[in-house]
Amino acid sequence: MSRYLLDKFLYTVDRDPELVERYREDPAGTVAWWEAEMANRILNCTADERSTWLEFTEDERRALREHDHVTLFQMGAHPFLTLTLFIAVFERDHGPLEYQKAYGKAMEHISLPYPDIST
Amino acid sequence: MAELAAVIASTHHPFYYRASTSTGADRPPFADEWVAKIERFRETLTRAEPDVLVMVGSDHFHQLWLDNMPQFLVGKAPFFDANFYNEEREFGLPRMTLRGEEDLAAHLLRDGLDRDFDLAFSNELRIDHSITCPIITLRPQADLPIVPVYTNIFAPPLPQPRRFVALGRAIREMVESWESDKRVAVIGTGHLSLELGGPRQFGEHGPDPEFDRRAVEWIASGDVEGCLAEVSLDSLHAPGNATHGFMDFMLMMGVAGEGAKADHVDTLDLFHTMEAYFTWYPNGVPGEVAPA
Repeated sequence: MSRYLLDKFLYTVDRDPELVERYREDPAGTVAWWEAEMANRILNCTADERSTWLEFTEDERRALREHDHVTLFQMGAHPFLTLTLFIAVFERDHGPLEYQKAYGKAMEHISLPYPDIST
Repeated sequence: MAELAAVIASTHHPFYYRASTSTGADRPPFADEWVAKIERFRETLTRAEPDVLVMVGSDHFHQLWLDNMPQFLVGKAPFFDANFYNEEREFGLPRMTLRGEEDLAAHLLRDGLDRDFDLAFSNELRIDHSITCPIITLRPQADLPIVPVYTNIFAPPLPQPRRFVALGRAIREMVESWESDKRVAVIGTGHLSLELGGPRQFGEHGPDPEFDRRAVEWIASGDVEGCLAEVSLDSLHAPGNATHGFMDFMLMMGVAGEGAKADHVDTLDLFHTMEAYFTWYPNGVPGEVAPA
Protein backbone atom coordinates (compact mmCIF):
# COMPACT_ATOMS: atom_id res chain seq x y z
CA MET A 1 0.00 0.00 0.00
CA SER A 2 1.42 3.37 -0.97
CA ARG A 3 -1.17 5.99 -0.12
CA TYR A 4 1.48 8.63 -0.62
CA LEU A 5 2.06 7.59 -4.22
CA LEU A 6 -1.66 7.44 -4.98
CA ASP A 7 -1.96 10.97 -3.59
CA LYS A 8 1.07 12.08 -5.61
CA PHE A 9 -0.55 10.84 -8.81
CA LEU A 10 -3.85 12.60 -8.04
CA TYR A 11 -2.05 15.80 -7.01
CA THR A 12 0.29 16.08 -9.98
CA VAL A 13 -2.40 15.24 -12.53
CA ASP A 14 -5.02 17.54 -10.99
CA ARG A 15 -2.76 20.61 -11.14
CA ASP A 16 -1.85 20.17 -14.81
CA PRO A 17 -4.56 20.89 -17.43
CA GLU A 18 -2.86 18.74 -20.07
CA LEU A 19 -2.55 15.76 -17.73
CA VAL A 20 -6.20 16.09 -16.70
CA GLU A 21 -7.19 15.63 -20.35
CA ARG A 22 -4.74 12.77 -20.87
CA TYR A 23 -6.11 10.98 -17.82
CA ARG A 24 -9.65 11.41 -19.13
CA GLU A 25 -8.89 10.17 -22.63
CA ASP A 26 -6.28 7.49 -21.93
CA PRO A 27 -6.23 6.47 -18.27
CA ALA A 28 -4.21 3.26 -18.77
CA GLY A 29 -1.56 5.01 -20.86
CA THR A 30 -1.40 7.95 -18.48
CA VAL A 31 -0.97 5.73 -15.41
CA ALA A 32 1.81 3.70 -17.10
CA TRP A 33 3.61 6.83 -18.33
CA TRP A 34 3.23 8.54 -14.95
CA GLU A 35 4.62 5.61 -12.99
CA ALA A 36 7.64 5.35 -15.33
CA GLU A 37 8.42 9.05 -15.56
CA MET A 38 6.86 10.87 -12.62
CA ALA A 39 6.48 8.53 -9.64
CA ASN A 40 10.09 8.98 -8.52
CA ARG A 41 10.41 12.64 -9.38
CA ILE A 42 10.88 14.78 -6.26
CA LEU A 43 8.76 17.80 -7.01
CA ASN A 44 11.05 20.40 -5.50
CA CYS A 45 14.32 18.96 -6.87
CA THR A 46 15.95 18.94 -10.28
CA ALA A 47 15.04 16.11 -12.64
CA ASP A 48 18.32 14.27 -12.00
CA GLU A 49 17.78 14.09 -8.25
CA ARG A 50 15.18 11.35 -8.26
CA SER A 51 13.92 8.85 -5.74
CA THR A 52 14.54 5.18 -6.50
CA TRP A 53 11.86 3.25 -4.65
CA LEU A 54 8.33 4.38 -5.47
CA GLU A 55 5.97 2.09 -7.35
CA PHE A 56 2.28 1.22 -7.36
CA THR A 57 0.83 -2.13 -6.40
CA GLU A 58 -1.18 -3.81 -9.15
CA ASP A 59 -4.42 -3.03 -7.28
CA GLU A 60 -3.49 0.64 -7.16
CA ARG A 61 -2.65 0.73 -10.86
CA ARG A 62 -5.97 -0.89 -11.63
CA ALA A 63 -7.99 1.54 -9.49
CA LEU A 64 -6.35 4.50 -11.22
CA ARG A 65 -6.66 2.96 -14.69
CA GLU A 66 -10.35 2.23 -14.14
CA HIS A 67 -11.17 5.68 -12.71
CA ASP A 68 -12.46 3.77 -9.69
CA HIS A 69 -13.01 6.45 -7.08
CA VAL A 70 -14.73 4.05 -4.66
CA THR A 71 -11.70 1.76 -4.50
CA LEU A 72 -9.38 4.74 -4.22
CA PHE A 73 -11.42 5.91 -1.21
CA GLN A 74 -11.22 2.45 0.35
CA MET A 75 -7.45 2.42 -0.19
CA GLY A 76 -7.16 5.67 1.77
CA ALA A 77 -6.31 8.00 -1.11
CA HIS A 78 -6.95 11.55 0.06
CA PRO A 79 -10.68 12.12 -0.65
CA PHE A 80 -10.21 15.79 -1.50
CA LEU A 81 -7.63 15.02 -4.17
CA THR A 82 -9.72 12.26 -5.73
CA LEU A 83 -12.88 14.37 -5.70
CA THR A 84 -11.23 17.43 -7.20
CA LEU A 85 -9.57 15.54 -10.03
CA PHE A 86 -12.61 13.42 -10.81
CA ILE A 87 -14.86 16.49 -10.96
CA ALA A 88 -12.40 17.93 -13.48
CA VAL A 89 -12.53 14.74 -15.52
CA PHE A 90 -16.24 13.90 -15.40
CA GLU A 91 -18.40 16.84 -14.32
CA ARG A 92 -18.60 18.13 -17.89
CA ASP A 93 -20.64 15.06 -18.91
CA HIS A 94 -23.38 15.77 -16.34
CA GLY A 95 -25.94 18.34 -15.22
CA PRO A 96 -25.34 20.69 -12.28
CA LEU A 97 -24.19 18.72 -9.19
CA GLU A 98 -25.37 15.49 -10.82
CA TYR A 99 -21.88 14.04 -10.90
CA GLN A 100 -21.05 15.06 -7.31
CA LYS A 101 -24.22 13.43 -6.01
CA ALA A 102 -23.66 10.23 -7.99
CA TYR A 103 -20.06 10.14 -6.75
CA GLY A 104 -21.32 10.09 -3.14
CA LYS A 105 -24.15 7.67 -3.93
CA ALA A 106 -21.66 5.13 -5.29
CA MET A 107 -20.10 5.05 -1.80
CA GLU A 108 -23.31 4.85 0.25
CA HIS A 109 -22.42 1.34 1.45
CA ILE A 110 -19.32 2.71 3.21
CA SER A 111 -19.79 3.56 6.88
CA LEU A 112 -17.64 5.03 9.66
CA PRO A 113 -14.86 4.68 10.45
CA TYR A 114 -13.58 5.59 7.00
CA PRO A 115 -10.22 4.24 5.84
CA ASP A 116 -7.15 5.93 7.27
CA ILE A 117 -5.77 8.61 4.94
CA SER A 118 -2.58 9.40 6.84
CA THR A 119 0.65 9.08 4.89
CA MET B 1 1.32 49.10 20.12
CA ALA B 2 -0.96 47.83 17.40
CA GLU B 3 -4.67 47.60 18.10
CA LEU B 4 -6.69 44.45 17.49
CA ALA B 5 -9.56 46.11 15.65
CA ALA B 6 -11.65 43.03 14.90
CA VAL B 7 -11.58 39.25 15.08
CA ILE B 8 -13.53 37.51 12.35
CA ALA B 9 -14.25 33.82 11.84
CA SER B 10 -16.02 32.51 8.79
CA THR B 11 -16.62 29.50 6.64
CA HIS B 12 -14.97 29.80 3.22
CA HIS B 13 -17.30 28.69 0.49
CA PRO B 14 -15.59 28.60 -2.89
CA PHE B 15 -18.94 28.77 -4.72
CA TYR B 16 -19.82 32.20 -3.31
CA TYR B 17 -17.95 34.14 -5.97
CA ARG B 18 -19.75 32.39 -8.81
CA ALA B 19 -23.14 32.44 -7.07
CA SER B 20 -22.91 36.14 -6.26
CA THR B 21 -21.77 37.23 -9.72
CA SER B 22 -24.06 35.00 -11.81
CA THR B 23 -27.16 36.42 -13.44
CA GLY B 24 -30.38 35.25 -15.04
CA ALA B 25 -30.98 31.51 -15.23
CA ASP B 26 -27.47 30.83 -13.90
CA ARG B 27 -28.18 32.60 -10.62
CA PRO B 28 -29.05 30.09 -7.89
CA PRO B 29 -32.24 30.78 -5.89
CA PHE B 30 -30.32 31.28 -2.64
CA ALA B 31 -27.88 33.84 -4.10
CA ASP B 32 -29.75 37.00 -3.07
CA GLU B 33 -30.10 35.97 0.57
CA TRP B 34 -26.46 34.87 0.61
CA VAL B 35 -25.25 38.18 -0.82
CA ALA B 36 -27.35 40.13 1.70
CA LYS B 37 -25.82 38.20 4.60
CA ILE B 38 -22.32 38.66 3.21
CA GLU B 39 -22.84 42.40 2.79
CA ARG B 40 -23.89 42.72 6.44
CA PHE B 41 -20.87 40.63 7.43
CA ARG B 42 -18.58 42.78 5.28
CA GLU B 43 -19.82 45.88 7.07
CA THR B 44 -18.55 44.46 10.37
CA LEU B 45 -15.01 44.55 9.00
CA THR B 46 -15.40 47.88 7.23
CA ARG B 47 -16.51 49.66 10.39
CA ALA B 48 -13.44 48.37 12.26
CA GLU B 49 -11.30 50.41 9.83
CA PRO B 50 -8.41 47.95 9.68
CA ASP B 51 -5.00 48.74 8.18
CA VAL B 52 -3.66 45.18 8.11
CA LEU B 53 -5.26 41.73 7.90
CA VAL B 54 -3.84 38.58 9.47
CA MET B 55 -5.45 35.83 7.39
CA VAL B 56 -5.69 32.34 8.89
CA GLY B 57 -6.45 29.57 6.43
CA SER B 58 -5.29 26.20 5.16
CA ASP B 59 -3.68 25.33 1.86
CA HIS B 60 -5.67 22.65 0.01
CA PHE B 61 -2.70 20.79 -1.53
CA HIS B 62 -1.85 23.68 -3.80
CA GLN B 63 1.65 24.83 -2.88
CA LEU B 64 2.14 22.71 0.24
CA TRP B 65 2.62 19.03 -0.41
CA LEU B 66 3.25 15.79 1.43
CA ASP B 67 6.99 15.75 0.67
CA ASN B 68 7.47 18.81 2.89
CA MET B 69 4.38 19.53 4.99
CA PRO B 70 4.40 22.24 7.66
CA GLN B 71 1.88 22.19 10.53
CA PHE B 72 1.74 25.99 10.98
CA LEU B 73 3.29 28.39 8.49
CA VAL B 74 3.55 32.18 8.23
CA GLY B 75 3.90 33.85 4.86
CA LYS B 76 6.48 36.64 4.85
CA ALA B 77 6.71 38.31 1.47
CA PRO B 78 6.01 41.70 -0.11
CA PHE B 79 3.30 40.20 -2.33
CA PHE B 80 1.12 37.12 -2.45
CA ASP B 81 -0.26 35.95 -5.75
CA ALA B 82 -3.43 33.98 -5.32
CA ASN B 83 -5.63 31.20 -6.59
CA PHE B 84 -4.68 28.24 -8.70
CA TYR B 85 -5.65 26.69 -12.02
CA ASN B 86 -7.84 24.03 -10.41
CA GLU B 87 -9.71 26.71 -8.40
CA GLU B 88 -10.38 28.66 -11.57
CA ARG B 89 -11.50 25.44 -13.22
CA GLU B 90 -13.85 24.22 -10.49
CA PHE B 91 -15.03 27.42 -8.82
CA GLY B 92 -14.40 30.17 -11.37
CA LEU B 93 -12.21 32.06 -8.89
CA PRO B 94 -10.22 35.01 -10.26
CA ARG B 95 -6.45 35.39 -10.07
CA MET B 96 -5.45 38.01 -7.51
CA THR B 97 -2.35 39.67 -6.05
CA LEU B 98 -2.32 40.93 -2.46
CA ARG B 99 0.31 42.99 -0.71
CA GLY B 100 2.13 41.53 2.29
CA GLU B 101 2.92 43.16 5.65
CA GLU B 102 6.44 41.86 6.21
CA ASP B 103 7.12 43.67 9.45
CA LEU B 104 4.18 42.01 11.19
CA ALA B 105 5.06 38.65 9.59
CA ALA B 106 8.62 38.93 10.94
CA HIS B 107 7.24 39.81 14.38
CA LEU B 108 4.87 36.81 14.40
CA LEU B 109 7.69 34.49 13.35
CA ARG B 110 10.23 35.73 15.90
CA ASP B 111 7.76 36.07 18.75
CA GLY B 112 6.00 32.82 17.84
CA LEU B 113 9.26 30.85 17.91
CA ASP B 114 10.08 32.39 21.27
CA ARG B 115 6.68 31.25 22.54
CA ASP B 116 7.47 27.65 21.54
CA PHE B 117 5.47 27.58 18.31
CA ASP B 118 7.99 26.25 15.79
CA LEU B 119 6.44 28.11 12.90
CA ALA B 120 7.50 27.35 9.36
CA PHE B 121 7.74 30.25 6.93
CA SER B 122 7.49 30.94 3.26
CA ASN B 123 9.00 33.85 1.35
CA GLU B 124 7.13 33.00 -1.85
CA LEU B 125 3.63 31.80 -1.17
CA ARG B 126 0.76 31.55 -3.59
CA ILE B 127 -2.36 31.60 -1.47
CA ASP B 128 -5.53 29.68 -2.19
CA HIS B 129 -9.26 30.03 -1.66
CA SER B 130 -9.08 29.54 2.11
CA ILE B 131 -7.71 33.10 2.16
CA THR B 132 -9.10 34.58 -1.03
CA CYS B 133 -12.70 33.60 -0.23
CA PRO B 134 -12.77 35.86 2.84
CA ILE B 135 -11.02 38.59 0.85
CA ILE B 136 -13.79 38.31 -1.75
CA THR B 137 -16.55 38.33 0.87
CA LEU B 138 -15.13 40.78 3.41
CA ARG B 139 -12.77 43.06 1.50
CA PRO B 140 -13.41 42.64 -2.23
CA GLN B 141 -11.32 45.69 -3.08
CA ALA B 142 -8.35 43.63 -1.81
CA ASP B 143 -6.51 46.81 -0.86
CA LEU B 144 -5.01 45.91 2.52
CA PRO B 145 -1.69 44.18 3.20
CA ILE B 146 -1.95 40.72 4.70
CA VAL B 147 -0.01 38.21 6.75
CA PRO B 148 -1.12 34.70 5.79
CA VAL B 149 -1.03 32.04 8.50
CA TYR B 150 -1.56 28.52 7.22
CA THR B 151 -2.58 25.59 9.40
CA ASN B 152 -2.63 21.91 8.59
CA ILE B 153 -6.20 20.65 8.93
CA PHE B 154 -5.85 18.47 5.88
CA ALA B 155 -2.93 16.05 5.86
CA PRO B 156 -2.72 13.82 8.95
CA PRO B 157 -1.01 13.64 11.38
CA LEU B 158 -2.58 16.95 12.46
CA PRO B 159 -1.84 19.08 15.53
CA GLN B 160 -4.27 18.68 18.44
CA PRO B 161 -7.26 21.07 18.72
CA ARG B 162 -5.72 22.62 21.85
CA ARG B 163 -2.71 23.69 19.79
CA PHE B 164 -4.98 25.57 17.41
CA VAL B 165 -6.59 27.36 20.36
CA ALA B 166 -3.17 28.07 21.90
CA LEU B 167 -1.84 29.47 18.63
CA GLY B 168 -4.91 31.70 18.42
CA ARG B 169 -4.28 33.03 21.92
CA ALA B 170 -0.63 33.63 21.02
CA ILE B 171 -1.53 35.42 17.78
CA ARG B 172 -3.70 37.81 19.75
CA GLU B 173 -0.92 38.57 22.22
CA MET B 174 1.61 38.93 19.42
CA VAL B 175 -0.57 41.29 17.42
CA GLU B 176 -1.20 43.38 20.52
CA SER B 177 2.54 43.54 21.23
CA TRP B 178 3.51 44.56 17.69
CA GLU B 179 5.24 47.91 17.83
CA SER B 180 3.06 49.73 15.37
CA ASP B 181 0.21 52.19 15.34
CA LYS B 182 -1.71 50.05 12.86
CA ARG B 183 -5.17 48.60 13.34
CA VAL B 184 -5.09 44.85 12.75
CA ALA B 185 -7.99 42.54 12.00
CA VAL B 186 -7.44 38.80 12.39
CA ILE B 187 -9.63 36.84 9.99
CA GLY B 188 -9.74 33.07 9.94
CA THR B 189 -11.76 30.62 7.91
CA GLY B 190 -12.62 26.99 8.37
CA HIS B 191 -15.60 24.69 8.16
CA LEU B 192 -18.48 23.41 10.20
CA SER B 193 -19.43 19.79 9.43
CA LEU B 194 -18.24 18.94 5.94
CA GLU B 195 -17.82 15.85 3.82
CA LEU B 196 -15.60 15.91 0.72
CA GLY B 197 -15.17 12.89 -1.48
CA GLY B 198 -17.21 10.61 0.79
CA PRO B 199 -20.72 9.14 0.83
CA ARG B 200 -22.26 12.06 2.76
CA GLN B 201 -21.16 14.86 0.41
CA PHE B 202 -23.44 17.31 -1.40
CA GLY B 203 -26.55 16.56 0.63
CA GLU B 204 -29.50 18.89 1.26
CA HIS B 205 -27.69 20.29 4.32
CA GLY B 206 -24.29 19.86 5.88
CA PRO B 207 -23.61 16.24 6.87
CA ASP B 208 -24.26 16.87 10.58
CA PRO B 209 -26.69 19.72 11.38
CA GLU B 210 -26.58 18.90 15.11
CA PHE B 211 -22.80 19.35 15.17
CA ASP B 212 -23.25 22.63 13.30
CA ARG B 213 -25.79 23.87 15.84
CA ARG B 214 -23.48 23.09 18.73
CA ALA B 215 -20.45 24.52 16.93
CA VAL B 216 -22.21 27.83 16.28
CA GLU B 217 -23.15 27.96 19.96
CA TRP B 218 -19.56 27.31 21.09
CA ILE B 219 -18.20 29.99 18.80
CA ALA B 220 -20.89 32.62 19.37
CA SER B 221 -20.64 32.30 23.16
CA GLY B 222 -16.85 31.98 23.27
CA ASP B 223 -17.13 28.62 25.02
CA VAL B 224 -13.55 27.59 24.34
CA GLU B 225 -13.28 25.14 27.23
CA GLY B 226 -16.62 23.52 26.45
CA CYS B 227 -15.57 23.09 22.85
CA LEU B 228 -12.16 21.68 23.79
CA ALA B 229 -13.83 19.22 26.17
CA GLU B 230 -15.96 17.79 23.37
CA VAL B 231 -13.77 18.02 20.29
CA SER B 232 -10.83 15.74 19.55
CA LEU B 233 -8.97 14.67 16.43
CA ASP B 234 -10.95 11.41 16.58
CA SER B 235 -14.36 12.98 17.26
CA LEU B 236 -14.10 15.28 14.24
CA HIS B 237 -14.35 12.31 11.86
CA ALA B 238 -17.96 11.71 12.89
CA PRO B 239 -19.60 14.93 11.61
CA GLY B 240 -17.94 14.60 8.18
CA ASN B 241 -14.57 13.63 6.79
CA ALA B 242 -13.42 17.23 6.19
CA THR B 243 -14.64 18.57 9.54
CA HIS B 244 -11.10 18.97 10.87
CA GLY B 245 -11.33 22.38 9.21
CA PHE B 246 -13.35 23.30 12.29
CA MET B 247 -10.03 23.59 14.12
CA ASP B 248 -9.44 26.88 12.31
CA PHE B 249 -12.62 28.13 14.00
CA MET B 250 -11.14 26.91 17.29
CA LEU B 251 -8.00 28.90 16.54
CA MET B 252 -10.17 31.99 16.05
CA MET B 253 -11.96 31.29 19.35
CA GLY B 254 -8.49 31.44 20.89
CA VAL B 255 -7.92 34.84 19.28
CA ALA B 256 -11.30 36.13 20.49
CA GLY B 257 -10.75 34.81 24.02
CA GLU B 258 -12.50 32.59 26.58
CA GLY B 259 -16.06 33.74 27.19
CA ALA B 260 -15.95 36.37 24.44
CA LYS B 261 -19.44 36.64 22.97
CA ALA B 262 -19.42 37.45 19.28
CA ASP B 263 -20.81 40.87 18.35
CA HIS B 264 -22.11 39.56 15.02
CA VAL B 265 -23.41 36.04 14.43
CA ASP B 266 -25.08 34.83 11.29
CA THR B 267 -25.59 31.50 9.52
CA LEU B 268 -26.97 30.29 6.24
CA ASP B 269 -28.11 26.73 5.71
CA LEU B 270 -27.00 25.72 2.22
CA PHE B 271 -26.84 22.39 0.42
CA HIS B 272 -23.64 20.49 1.24
CA THR B 273 -22.58 22.73 4.14
CA MET B 274 -23.72 25.42 6.54
CA GLU B 275 -22.25 28.89 6.27
CA ALA B 276 -21.38 30.70 9.52
CA TYR B 277 -20.11 34.22 10.16
CA PHE B 278 -18.79 35.73 13.41
CA THR B 279 -17.24 39.08 14.34
CA TRP B 280 -15.83 40.19 17.68
CA TYR B 281 -14.69 43.69 18.60
CA PRO B 282 -12.15 43.23 21.44
CA ASN B 283 -12.13 46.95 22.21
CA GLY B 284 -15.84 47.63 21.86
CA VAL B 285 -18.12 48.06 18.90
CA PRO B 286 -16.71 50.84 16.69
CA GLY B 287 -18.74 54.03 16.94
CA GLU B 288 -20.54 52.97 20.12
CA VAL B 289 -19.69 54.53 23.46
CA ALA B 290 -18.75 51.91 26.02
CA PRO B 291 -21.21 51.66 28.92
CA ALA B 292 -20.09 53.57 32.01
